[in-house]
Amino acid sequence: MSVTAFYIAAVIAVLTTFLVITRKNAVQALLYLAVSLIAVAVIFYDLGAPFMAALEVIIYAGSIIVLFIFVVMMLNLGKRATAAEATLLRPRMWIGPTILAAILLAEIAYLLARGNTAASAAHLIPPREVGLALYGPYLLGVELSSMLLMGALVGAYHLGWHTQPKPETQDVRREHATSPDAGRGPVRSGSGRTVGAA
Amino acid sequence: MLELLFLVPVIPFASFIWLIIVGPRTSRNAVAAVGVGSIAVCTVISLVITGAYLASPPAGGAFTQVLWTWISVDGFTPQIAFYLDALSLIMMLVVSFVSFVIHLYSAEFMLESEGYSRFFAYMNLFVASMITLLLANNLLLLYLGWEGVGLCSYLLIGFWYQDSANGAAAQKAFIVTRVGDTAFAIGLFLLFTHLGTLDIQALMQRAMQQWPVGSTLAIVASALLLGGAVGKSAQLPLQTWLPDAMAGPTPTSALIHAATMVTAGVYLIARTHVLFSLAPPTQFAVAVVGAATLLLAGCSALVQHDIKRILAYSTISQIGYMFLALGVGAWAAAIFHFMTHAFFKALLFLVAGVVIQALNDEHDIFRMGGLRKDLPYAFWGFVIGGSALAGLPLITAGFYSKDLILWQTWNSDHGSVALWIAGLVGVLLTSLYIYRLIFVVFYGEKQMEVSHRPRWRIKIPIIVLSVLSLVGGFVNIPQMFGNVPALANLLHSALPEVVERHAAGITEGLSEGIAAIAFALGLALAYLFFLRKQGLAESMATSAAGRVIHRFWFADWGMDWLYDHLFVRPVIWFAHVDRNDFIEAFYTGVALLTEFSWRALRATENGRVRWYAAGITAGTVVFIAIVLWT
Amino acid sequence: MRRNLLFILMSIEIMLNAAGLAFVTAGARWAQADGQVMFIFILAMAASEVAVGLALLLQFYRQNESLDADAARQMKG
Repeated sequence: MSVTAFYIAAVIAVLTTFLVITRKNAVQALLYLAVSLIAVAVIFYDLGAPFMAALEVIIYAGSIIVLFIFVVMMLNLGKRATAAEATLLRPRMWIGPTILAAILLAEIAYLLARGNTAASAAHLIPPREVGLALYGPYLLGVELSSMLLMGALVGAYHLGWHTQPKPETQDVRREHATSPDAGRGPVRSGSGRTVGAA
Repeated sequence: MLELLFLVPVIPFASFIWLIIVGPRTSRNAVAAVGVGSIAVCTVISLVITGAYLASPPAGGAFTQVLWTWISVDGFTPQIAFYLDALSLIMMLVVSFVSFVIHLYSAEFMLESEGYSRFFAYMNLFVASMITLLLANNLLLLYLGWEGVGLCSYLLIGFWYQDSANGAAAQKAFIVTRVGDTAFAIGLFLLFTHLGTLDIQALMQRAMQQWPVGSTLAIVASALLLGGAVGKSAQLPLQTWLPDAMAGPTPTSALIHAATMVTAGVYLIARTHVLFSLAPPTQFAVAVVGAATLLLAGCSALVQHDIKRILAYSTISQIGYMFLALGVGAWAAAIFHFMTHAFFKALLFLVAGVVIQALNDEHDIFRMGGLRKDLPYAFWGFVIGGSALAGLPLITAGFYSKDLILWQTWNSDHGSVALWIAGLVGVLLTSLYIYRLIFVVFYGEKQMEVSHRPRWRIKIPIIVLSVLSLVGGFVNIPQMFGNVPALANLLHSALPEVVERHAAGITEGLSEGIAAIAFALGLALAYLFFLRKQGLAESMATSAAGRVIHRFWFADWGMDWLYDHLFVRPVIWFAHVDRNDFIEAFYTGVALLTEFSWRALRATENGRVRWYAAGITAGTVVFIAIVLWT
Repeated sequence: MRRNLLFILMSIEIMLNAAGLAFVTAGARWAQADGQVMFIFILAMAASEVAVGLALLLQFYRQNESLDADAARQMKG
């Protein structure tokens, strides 16, 4: 039973991923991506990592994809962008990377075939063990990832800052230029900058 | 007193250093004082040394002063040492005195030119090199002085370097004399290889011991040295540089190209006379070169109209006389003529400079005329110098020295009648061209106004040299007039006597008489053609034959054209052809390769993120493959 | 190749997910918790990367008026 569930979920995952990268419409692609992630969550559950499955759905499919969709809605690209995408999906464009990916796939397949593939049943690894491992030997990683998240938060905040266009900087310079002139008499005219001073 | 010898080359060299470093920053008066003063000190020391030498001559007639050993390699130990005997004494005295007089002249003459201190620096360096050349006791030090004077000649010919024609003339001089210098160097190698030393006295002794008369080695070695002498002294076939060297300032022409450097070849042959005595064919070649040159140059001088070029060809011709004397074994006569020539040729150049400066740099004699009253010093300078050059009998120095040469040409064991006749024709030509010059420039109608009159620093040298041109001959009075061969006697401690042929057909007096007739004939012809019936000269020159001859002689008997077609053009053609040979392709290939790699690398930096990502992916694939399958 | 920056980011998410899947599978194969621990880290990192990446994408769009990755060619040498 779990084997068939695994195969069904695997096929769905691969199929939807392929669909993601070949769509022209960004929202369609995102929706297919969400389906793909849910299929992977099913695989996780089948492998005996129920906590991972839950995390996958909540964080990956739940927040990250939603974030993507927010951005797409905000940009509001419209039909023109979709049409532009169509012109770019020519075979000439994707043949090179496809070859590279195929070579990679072959390497991985070769590795798997070479290794000892005693197919064993999936053991259930309860979340308790994961938690103990996290706060045991992997404690440093936990702290580092918390710092990473903090940095990402601050960075995203700053990068998303909508800057207002500043007033003309010339005004500012003119204001500054009058101050050195204050000490000079009427002999010197002009902006007070020495011309051609190297 | 003789220990002061080393000061004579050292003082001008020290003043050269001072003038180069400090000179440009001091006043002209200071520069002139140092530049002229150093040579004055030299002259005084030379006189003192001469007095000491004559009063009590050193043992063997020679004094050697060793400063230090220059090189010490496996038996080859040339020293920095100076050798003073009668020959080098006379030459040093004449060179330093004439240099002093010319330096004094140029203190005023060069006032209008820029580079005043540079000029005096080069002139002082020249004097230092020339004295080194004269006093060297080994051929390597002599070669050092030889190269030094060549360098200064180049620097001074191209003194006004902003005009590229001057630079070209300087290059021509340097390259042509280089041909001679190469022959000289090969001769040095040969001498050292076979005789084991370059010390001149030792060399002469060993040559006499080891090489029989007429041996091939002696002939080859002396021929190579002759090649060097021919280059430096502007004789056939390397005389083409001297007329163009007149592009330099007039004091340079006077000092270097009349009185001193061009006589270095004469000195070399006189110094190594043993080698030439051991090689009769070469010695005969010397005489033939001298005779041919004096005729050739005399003819060329006759048709020139640049005042300095006439004097340049005249110099070539007179040195031909010296070579003629050396070739027939009349060593002392050659040195005597060198001395008198230094006086009157320097004088002629100096007064030519006065004329040129007075007419604002005009060189063409046919645009001058009637300057007799306006430039009296120049006029009398030309008359005295010109007469000395032509050999006005009895009262000019040139008469005594030139006639001595003519007589020895007939009289000597190595001489012949043909050479004597050549010398006589030369006298006629000399008289003709110099009086042509005088009549055209100083008589006739005045065409240009004089704008510049000489002052005391120019007048005094002219006076001094004029006096010497008149009385300088009395140091060696021939038999007929009193028989006081003082100079010859002095030189016999250094140079052998003339081997005389006693089946002579004429006496010395008859030879002198015939020479005097030749002189008079030349003067008369010049008077006729250029003062009285000027139309006659015109018609001769414009006749068909006359025009061809005129053009031929004007172009120095076509030698420039010959060399241009024989040497210069093939080399230039070859350089052009060789410009893109396969070695060039190698370097061009390197450049092209670099450019190609640049283009290729530039294409990878196209700023596109996707491109970089693809690069990363491809790299990853390759690395994984390597890890898996190696 | 896709030039749209949005799709590029999506593809990055797919890749990260795939790596995480490999980790969990390996952990399950050998019955150790380490695979899942790695997956948690990957998840945290992917989340932060998406946040920053999307912020950058918004800035990019504001400057270049399009999401074409090739439009950012100022570093062209």
